Amino acid sequence: MDFALNEQQEMMQTLARDFLTGEYTDKVLRAMAGDEKGYTPELWKKLAEMNLLGLSIPEDYGGIGDFLDLIVVLEEMGRACFISPFFSTVVLGASSIIEAGSDEQKQKFLPDISEGKTIITLALAEESAKYTPDAIQTKATQQGDDFVINGVKLFVTDAHVSDYLICAAMTGEAENPRERISLFIVDINTPGVSCKSLKTISGDKQAEVTFDDVRVSGDSVLGEIDKGWPYAEKILQKANVARCAEMVGLAQQALNITRDYTKERIAFGHPIGAFQSVQHRCADMLIDIDGSRFATHQAAWRINKGLPAAREVAIAKAWVSQACRRVMNSAHQVHGAIGFTEDHILHYYTKKARASEFSFGDVNHHLEQISEF
Amino acid sequence: MDFTFTPEEEAFRSEVAEFLEKDVPQEYREKRLTFFDMSAQHDWIKVHRAMAEKLGAKGWLSRHWPKEYGGQDASPFYRLILREELSRYHSPGYDSIGAGIVAPALLLKGSEEQKKQHLPGIASGKVMWCETLSEPGHGSDLASIEVFAREDADCFNINGQKIWTTNGHFADWNALVVRTDREVTPKYRGLTFFLVDMKTPGITVNPIINMAGHHEFNEVFFDDVRVPKENIVGGLNKGFYVVMSLLDYERTSDTAYAVAGTYLEDLAEYARDNNLLNLIMVNRLAQMKADCEVARLLHYRVTWMQSQGMVPNYESAMSKMYGFELLQRVSEFGMELLGQYSQLTEESARVPMYGRIPSCYLRSFGHSLEQGTSEIDRDVIAQRGLGLPRLR
Repeated sequence: MDFALNEQQEMMQTLARDFLTGEYTDKVLRAMAGDEKGYTPELWKKLAEMNLLGLSIPEDYGGIGDFLDLIVVLEEMGRACFISPFFSTVVLGASSIIEAGSDEQKQKFLPDISEGKTIITLALAEESAKYTPDAIQTKATQQGDDFVINGVKLFVTDAHVSDYLICAAMTGEAENPRERISLFIVDINTPGVSCKSLKTISGDKQAEVTFDDVRVSGDSVLGEIDKGWPYAEKILQKANVARCAEMVGLAQQALNITRDYTKERIAFGHPIGAFQSVQHRCADMLIDIDGSRFATHQAAWRINKGLPAAREVAIAKAWVSQACRRVMNSAHQVHGAIGFTEDHILHYYTKKARASEFSFGDVNHHLEQISEF
Repeated sequence: MDFTFTPEEEAFRSEVAEFLEKDVPQEYREKRLTFFDMSAQHDWIKVHRAMAEKLGAKGWLSRHWPKEYGGQDASPFYRLILREELSRYHSPGYDSIGAGIVAPALLLKGSEEQKKQHLPGIASGKVMWCETLSEPGHGSDLASIEVFAREDADCFNINGQKIWTTNGHFADWNALVVRTDREVTPKYRGLTFFLVDMKTPGITVNPIINMAGHHEFNEVFFDDVRVPKENIVGGLNKGFYVVMSLLDYERTSDTAYAVAGTYLEDLAEYARDNNLLNLIMVNRLAQMKADCEVARLLHYRVTWMQSQGMVPNYESAMSKMYGFELLQRVSEFGMELLGQYSQLTEESARVPMYGRIPSCYLRSFGHSLEQGTSEIDRDVIAQRGLGLPRLR
């Protein structure tokens, strides 16, 4: 048993924290939340220069570090409420290719991702907003060596700035939905692909992506035909744990802001942090955060080791989502009316936390998974 | 990061499980008794002592102690594994006061003579302990302790009343904190920690029955009880520091998270076998499984800190409080799951799960009070964990 970060993880943590503290100020966050693209090319270049875009990509393909290093950095990004296509590209895109891609596909995409040349995302959910194989209704029909894709994908993060989409579609007729899905890498500029921005409460950029007779070559298949869902499951496990790490960071920062406020704000002649009603709320916030971090680390550690992790991932996502919600609620309550305004930074954290909670399966979805163990 | 046990620790777990599979009192296992309600069994003290001696003979109660005091210098995870397995097998035999609290406090603060005198008895499982801290007027506010020990030649002469003394009616020895200086401020600098033989003349133990109908705790009266000076631990008027380290261990040695996990599995099995799991209950059950996992991790963090020579601070208050409050929620969930049947006691012919449900539920009201209240734990977490200011 070891609850500590190793040297490399601590180094990545410091690197990310220092960078984000310096570059990603509250002012930048406000600007990016309102910005259509949600990031600047300069910032993206800096992430590439620091090797952060290569995190968890094997060294042979120009990457650095493992999944746990990525998890540590994602917590820091949560603390900064960092809005960018980082999650889409490094967690969703790169993981998909690492899990399911051929050596050729890895050679083609992974070095470009780590060098900041390619932005890539995952188009999985559809109208049902479910993350189960039966929810995939988009069809890819084989025509000669090509496939023609038709369907509508929802809640696709950063589609508007992506170069490529990884799309899950039905290719087979099997009754078992797990045995009829394939993954495709689709160039966003392929004729028939169109993106429409979905306006959400948070600064996250999400889109509806329509595939209208989109013709892709057989080389675009990621993994084997009809055998894409087991890969999707692994990708979803990583995505969920990565969201947990972000939420831990969001919650930690919300607590830090709240703690500082309770020490400064005077009421009835005392800092409000001296009142037990406030202290006990803050104590519960810390329990939620410590518990969330360990549940996240346990699941991430299992994934990183290649051990079965479905149970631990489901527990982490269900628990962290709710814990993070409780932390945000308390942060607002302790701040009083100022935390209820757009002027204060807190609402960005609350909104991003909700977006993270719902992505890749909400609390109920994961509770259902837990009950199978 | 590492979230597994070492192969040696896993081997120890198997060894304990194998032993318990054969040696656990079968009635206790069949009835799925929990650590917190098994002492209500009429034969508990006999069964407990017999089991404690077996665990002692195996060397398991002291495995994590230093070699010079009969241990094997093992990591504290060995204690954790032992307690998890005892919980899983519904077994008595662990004196959570003697082995759980007094021994580590003695190892830290006791004199060489005290260690030599008392540690072997605890390690063998033959000597049972109680602790007397609370008084009728003072529970959480320990610094206000009033029971007084007056210096009298080579002894101290103790008079007054203590309360909520768990196992006071069975214990051979007592870890006692009393006032030895009434003038000093702050008040906590006038407390002294004594080891007291419960057979000393002048000690009277009266039962207090809790709302579950169980006799666990007592009031203890001291009437001119003479305790030799060499029984002082940590020095005259320095008892508060011993108490603080004792409470730190008390908060880390608990096993509530493991009991909650076992009890939840027992409830789930009963519910499955009897078709009680509708969609809402399945959801609630999954939620509590997740809570149990987090409770386990919070506890492992504390044990890991101890294994690294770190001193857990707010972390132990957190794991203790979360584990106990979780056990409370699981106990309440049992009532909800069984509905009208949950109110039936062991004497009813139609009682489910041998009456475990109301027994655990009614006992659970104490979980947010014992070993320090949840309120004190939250104070500790906020003040020591987050550095929030103290009002008083």
